[in-house]
Amino acid sequence: MHLQFIAGLAALILGSTGGEIAITRGMKAVEEPSRLRPKAVLQFLARAVRNGWFWTGVPLMALSFFALLLLLSWAPITLVIPASALSYVVGTLGAKFILDEDVSIARWVGVILVCVGVALVAAG
Amino acid sequence: MPSEKRLRIKTLVMVFAMIVCANAGDLLLKYGMVQVGTVELTAHGLSQAFWQTVTSPVIWLAIFFLSGFMVSYMTVLSWADYSYVMPAGAFGYAALTFLAVVFLHEPVSPRRWVGVVLICVGVLLVGQTRPRTTEVPSEAAA
Repeated sequence: MHLQFIAGLAALILGSTGGEIAITRGMKAVEEPSRLRPKAVLQFLARAVRNGWFWTGVPLMALSFFALLLLLSWAPITLVIPASALSYVVGTLGAKFILDEDVSIARWVGVILVCVGVALVAAG
Repeated sequence: MPSEKRLRIKTLVMVFAMIVCANAGDLLLKYGMVQVGTVELTAHGLSQAFWQTVTSPVIWLAIFFLSGFMVSYMTVLSWADYSYVMPAGAFGYAALTFLAVVFLHEPVSPRRWVGVVLICVGVLLVGQTRPRTTEVPSEAAA
Protein backbone atom coordinates (compact mmCIF):
# COMPACT_ATOMS: atom_id res chain seq x y z
CA MET A 1 0.00 0.00 0.00
CA HIS A 2 2.75 2.47 0.98
CA LEU A 3 4.89 1.59 -2.02
CA GLN A 4 1.84 1.82 -4.27
CA PHE A 5 1.01 5.28 -2.86
CA ILE A 6 4.60 6.50 -3.32
CA ALA A 7 4.68 5.20 -6.93
CA GLY A 8 1.34 6.89 -7.66
CA LEU A 9 2.49 10.15 -6.07
CA ALA A 10 5.75 10.01 -8.08
CA ALA A 11 3.74 9.52 -11.31
CA LEU A 12 1.45 12.43 -10.34
CA ILE A 13 4.29 14.85 -9.51
CA LEU A 14 6.73 13.84 -12.25
CA GLY A 15 3.92 13.72 -14.82
CA SER A 16 2.60 17.19 -14.01
CA THR A 17 5.97 18.91 -13.61
CA GLY A 18 7.54 17.01 -16.54
CA GLY A 19 4.56 17.95 -18.71
CA GLU A 20 4.69 21.61 -17.72
CA ILE A 21 8.47 21.77 -18.24
CA ALA A 22 8.07 20.25 -21.73
CA ILE A 23 5.31 22.78 -22.53
CA THR A 24 7.46 25.65 -21.19
CA ARG A 25 10.33 24.56 -23.46
CA GLY A 26 7.92 24.38 -26.40
CA MET A 27 6.39 27.80 -25.71
CA LYS A 28 9.83 29.44 -25.40
CA ALA A 29 10.79 27.84 -28.74
CA VAL A 30 7.72 29.12 -30.64
CA GLU A 31 8.19 32.70 -29.40
CA GLU A 32 5.62 34.86 -27.65
CA PRO A 33 2.63 36.48 -29.38
CA SER A 34 3.66 39.77 -31.01
CA ARG A 35 0.74 41.53 -29.25
CA LEU A 36 -1.82 40.39 -26.68
CA ARG A 37 -4.66 40.63 -29.22
CA PRO A 38 -6.94 37.71 -30.22
CA LYS A 39 -5.44 37.37 -33.72
CA ALA A 40 -1.82 37.33 -32.50
CA VAL A 41 -2.69 34.88 -29.68
CA LEU A 42 -4.46 32.54 -32.16
CA GLN A 43 -1.39 32.66 -34.43
CA PHE A 44 0.76 31.86 -31.38
CA LEU A 45 -1.50 28.88 -30.50
CA ALA A 46 -1.28 27.60 -34.09
CA ARG A 47 2.54 27.68 -33.80
CA ALA A 48 2.36 26.07 -30.34
CA VAL A 49 0.32 23.01 -31.40
CA ARG A 50 2.83 22.31 -34.19
CA ASN A 51 5.67 22.08 -31.66
CA GLY A 52 6.94 18.63 -30.58
CA TRP A 53 7.53 19.68 -26.96
CA PHE A 54 3.85 20.59 -26.63
CA TRP A 55 2.89 17.03 -27.67
CA THR A 56 5.49 15.63 -25.23
CA GLY A 57 3.89 17.62 -22.41
CA VAL A 58 0.25 16.72 -23.08
CA PRO A 59 0.58 12.90 -22.52
CA LEU A 60 2.70 13.53 -19.41
CA MET A 61 -0.06 15.76 -18.01
CA ALA A 62 -2.64 13.08 -18.92
CA LEU A 63 -0.51 10.50 -17.04
CA SER A 64 -0.51 12.83 -14.03
CA PHE A 65 -4.32 13.15 -14.21
CA PHE A 66 -4.81 9.36 -14.26
CA ALA A 67 -2.33 8.99 -11.38
CA LEU A 68 -4.44 11.51 -9.44
CA LEU A 69 -7.61 9.47 -10.07
CA LEU A 70 -5.84 6.28 -8.92
CA LEU A 71 -4.41 7.98 -5.81
CA LEU A 72 -7.85 9.32 -4.88
CA SER A 73 -9.20 5.77 -5.00
CA TRP A 74 -6.42 4.59 -2.66
CA ALA A 75 -6.10 7.45 -0.15
CA PRO A 76 -8.22 10.32 1.23
CA ILE A 77 -8.19 13.61 -0.69
CA THR A 78 -6.92 15.42 2.46
CA LEU A 79 -3.72 13.37 2.12
CA VAL A 80 -3.39 13.29 -1.69
CA ILE A 81 -3.71 17.01 -2.49
CA PRO A 82 -1.36 18.26 0.28
CA ALA A 83 1.21 15.61 -0.78
CA SER A 84 0.92 16.79 -4.39
CA ALA A 85 2.03 20.28 -3.27
CA LEU A 86 5.57 18.83 -3.40
CA SER A 87 5.33 19.45 -7.15
CA TYR A 88 6.17 23.14 -6.47
CA VAL A 89 9.62 22.09 -5.22
CA VAL A 90 10.12 19.37 -7.87
CA GLY A 91 9.01 21.82 -10.61
CA THR A 92 11.49 24.45 -9.39
CA LEU A 93 14.31 21.86 -9.43
CA GLY A 94 13.29 21.01 -13.02
CA ALA A 95 13.21 24.71 -13.94
CA LYS A 96 16.74 25.15 -12.58
CA PHE A 97 18.39 22.00 -13.96
CA ILE A 98 16.42 21.33 -17.16
CA LEU A 99 15.29 24.81 -18.26
CA ASP A 100 18.43 26.58 -16.89
CA GLU A 101 16.35 29.22 -15.09
CA ASP A 102 18.18 31.29 -12.50
CA VAL A 103 16.41 30.42 -9.24
CA SER A 104 17.54 32.99 -6.65
CA ILE A 105 17.43 32.43 -2.88
CA ALA A 106 14.34 34.70 -2.65
CA ARG A 107 12.56 32.61 -5.26
CA TRP A 108 13.49 29.35 -3.47
CA VAL A 109 12.21 30.66 -0.13
CA GLY A 110 9.00 31.81 -1.85
CA VAL A 111 8.49 28.43 -3.52
CA ILE A 112 8.97 26.54 -0.23
CA LEU A 113 6.51 28.86 1.58
CA VAL A 114 3.98 28.36 -1.24
CA CYS A 115 4.48 24.57 -1.09
CA VAL A 116 3.84 24.42 2.68
CA GLY A 117 0.99 26.94 2.37
CA VAL A 118 -0.81 24.98 -0.35
CA ALA A 119 -0.40 21.76 1.66
CA LEU A 120 -1.98 23.46 4.72
CA VAL A 121 -4.84 25.02 2.71
CA ALA A 122 -5.58 21.73 0.92
CA ALA A 123 -5.54 19.82 4.21
CA GLY A 124 -8.39 22.13 5.34
CA MET B 1 7.86 52.11 -20.70
CA PRO B 2 11.08 50.24 -19.75
CA SER B 3 10.98 46.65 -21.06
CA GLU B 4 11.59 45.15 -17.56
CA LYS B 5 8.56 46.99 -16.15
CA ARG B 6 6.45 46.10 -19.21
CA LEU B 7 7.46 42.42 -18.86
CA ARG B 8 6.49 42.44 -15.18
CA ILE B 9 3.09 44.06 -15.84
CA LYS B 10 2.11 41.75 -18.71
CA THR B 11 3.25 38.70 -16.70
CA LEU B 12 1.12 39.74 -13.70
CA VAL B 13 -1.88 40.43 -15.98
CA MET B 14 -1.61 36.92 -17.51
CA VAL B 15 -1.11 35.25 -14.10
CA PHE B 16 -4.23 37.09 -12.89
CA ALA B 17 -6.14 35.84 -15.99
CA MET B 18 -4.90 32.28 -15.22
CA ILE B 19 -6.14 32.48 -11.63
CA VAL B 20 -9.55 33.95 -12.56
CA CYS B 21 -10.10 31.38 -15.34
CA ALA B 22 -8.97 28.39 -13.22
CA ASN B 23 -11.12 29.36 -10.22
CA ALA B 24 -14.19 30.25 -12.33
CA GLY B 25 -13.78 27.04 -14.36
CA ASP B 26 -13.45 24.80 -11.29
CA LEU B 27 -16.41 26.42 -9.50
CA LEU B 28 -18.65 26.22 -12.62
CA LEU B 29 -17.61 22.60 -13.21
CA LYS B 30 -18.51 21.73 -9.64
CA TYR B 31 -21.84 23.61 -9.91
CA GLY B 32 -22.61 21.89 -13.24
CA MET B 33 -21.79 18.41 -11.93
CA VAL B 34 -23.93 18.99 -8.82
CA GLN B 35 -26.82 19.77 -11.21
CA VAL B 36 -26.13 16.50 -13.07
CA GLY B 37 -26.29 14.70 -9.72
CA THR B 38 -24.69 11.47 -8.50
CA VAL B 39 -23.63 9.36 -11.48
CA GLU B 40 -24.75 5.72 -11.32
CA LEU B 41 -21.99 3.36 -12.46
CA THR B 42 -24.21 1.42 -14.88
CA ALA B 43 -24.39 1.65 -18.68
CA HIS B 44 -27.70 3.53 -18.44
CA GLY B 45 -26.48 5.79 -15.61
CA LEU B 46 -23.26 6.68 -17.46
CA SER B 47 -24.99 7.41 -20.78
CA GLN B 48 -27.58 9.56 -19.00
CA ALA B 49 -24.84 11.48 -17.16
CA PHE B 50 -22.89 11.90 -20.42
CA TRP B 51 -25.88 13.49 -22.22
CA GLN B 52 -26.71 15.69 -19.24
CA THR B 53 -23.07 16.82 -19.13
CA VAL B 54 -22.65 17.64 -22.84
CA THR B 55 -25.99 19.48 -22.98
CA SER B 56 -25.35 21.55 -19.83
CA PRO B 57 -24.59 25.25 -20.58
CA VAL B 58 -22.85 25.54 -17.19
CA ILE B 59 -20.42 22.73 -18.08
CA TRP B 60 -19.66 24.39 -21.44
CA LEU B 61 -19.05 27.68 -19.66
CA ALA B 62 -16.68 25.80 -17.30
CA ILE B 63 -14.85 24.31 -20.32
CA PHE B 64 -14.60 27.81 -21.83
CA PHE B 65 -12.93 29.16 -18.66
CA LEU B 66 -10.63 26.13 -18.28
CA SER B 67 -9.56 26.56 -21.93
CA GLY B 68 -8.92 30.23 -21.11
CA PHE B 69 -6.70 29.06 -18.25
CA MET B 70 -4.68 26.79 -20.58
CA VAL B 71 -4.27 29.53 -23.22
CA SER B 72 -3.15 32.14 -20.67
CA TYR B 73 -0.78 29.60 -19.05
CA MET B 74 0.80 28.69 -22.41
CA THR B 75 1.02 32.37 -23.40
CA VAL B 76 2.73 33.53 -20.20
CA LEU B 77 5.20 30.60 -20.36
CA SER B 78 6.29 31.84 -23.80
CA TRP B 79 8.12 34.74 -22.13
CA ALA B 80 8.23 34.19 -18.33
CA ASP B 81 10.09 31.60 -16.21
CA TYR B 82 8.23 28.43 -15.22
CA SER B 83 9.70 28.83 -11.71
CA TYR B 84 8.07 32.31 -11.56
CA VAL B 85 4.62 31.51 -13.01
CA MET B 86 4.02 28.19 -11.19
CA PRO B 87 4.29 29.48 -7.59
CA ALA B 88 2.59 32.79 -8.50
CA GLY B 89 -0.41 30.81 -9.74
CA ALA B 90 -0.80 29.32 -6.24
CA PHE B 91 -2.26 32.67 -5.17
CA GLY B 92 -5.53 31.18 -6.51
CA TYR B 93 -5.74 28.95 -3.41
CA ALA B 94 -5.53 32.00 -1.16
CA ALA B 95 -8.05 33.92 -3.29
CA LEU B 96 -10.51 30.99 -3.12
CA THR B 97 -10.33 31.04 0.68
CA PHE B 98 -11.11 34.80 0.76
CA LEU B 99 -14.02 34.29 -1.67
CA ALA B 100 -15.37 31.39 0.43
CA VAL B 101 -15.31 33.60 3.55
CA VAL B 102 -16.78 36.73 1.93
CA PHE B 103 -19.48 35.20 -0.30
CA LEU B 104 -20.23 31.78 1.17
CA HIS B 105 -19.54 32.71 4.85
CA GLU B 106 -17.68 29.39 5.17
CA PRO B 107 -15.81 28.78 8.43
CA VAL B 108 -12.03 28.56 7.86
CA SER B 109 -9.74 26.66 10.23
CA PRO B 110 -6.68 28.40 11.77
CA ARG B 111 -4.47 25.87 9.92
CA ARG B 112 -5.94 27.02 6.60
CA TRP B 113 -5.40 30.70 7.50
CA VAL B 114 -1.73 29.93 8.25
CA GLY B 115 -1.54 28.30 4.80
CA VAL B 116 -3.10 31.39 3.17
CA VAL B 117 -0.56 33.68 4.89
CA LEU B 118 2.36 31.45 3.81
CA ILE B 119 1.09 31.43 0.19
CA CYS B 120 0.72 35.24 0.16
CA VAL B 121 4.24 35.79 1.59
CA GLY B 122 5.68 33.16 -0.79
CA VAL B 123 3.98 34.71 -3.84
CA LEU B 124 5.19 38.20 -2.82
CA LEU B 125 8.77 36.89 -2.53
CA VAL B 126 8.63 35.16 -5.92
CA GLY B 127 6.84 38.19 -7.43
CA GLN B 128 9.71 40.56 -6.65
CA THR B 129 12.25 38.39 -8.55
CA ARG B 130 12.82 38.92 -12.28
CA PRO B 131 10.01 37.24 -14.31
CA ARG B 132 12.47 36.02 -16.94
CA THR B 133 16.02 34.83 -16.31
CA THR B 134 16.66 32.92 -19.55
CA GLU B 135 17.40 34.21 -23.03
CA VAL B 136 14.58 34.35 -25.57
CA PRO B 137 15.38 32.99 -29.09
CA SER B 138 15.10 36.45 -30.71
CA GLU B 139 17.57 37.93 -28.19
CA ALA B 140 19.91 34.95 -28.52
CA ALA B 141 19.91 35.35 -32.30
CA ALA B 142 20.53 39.12 -32.13
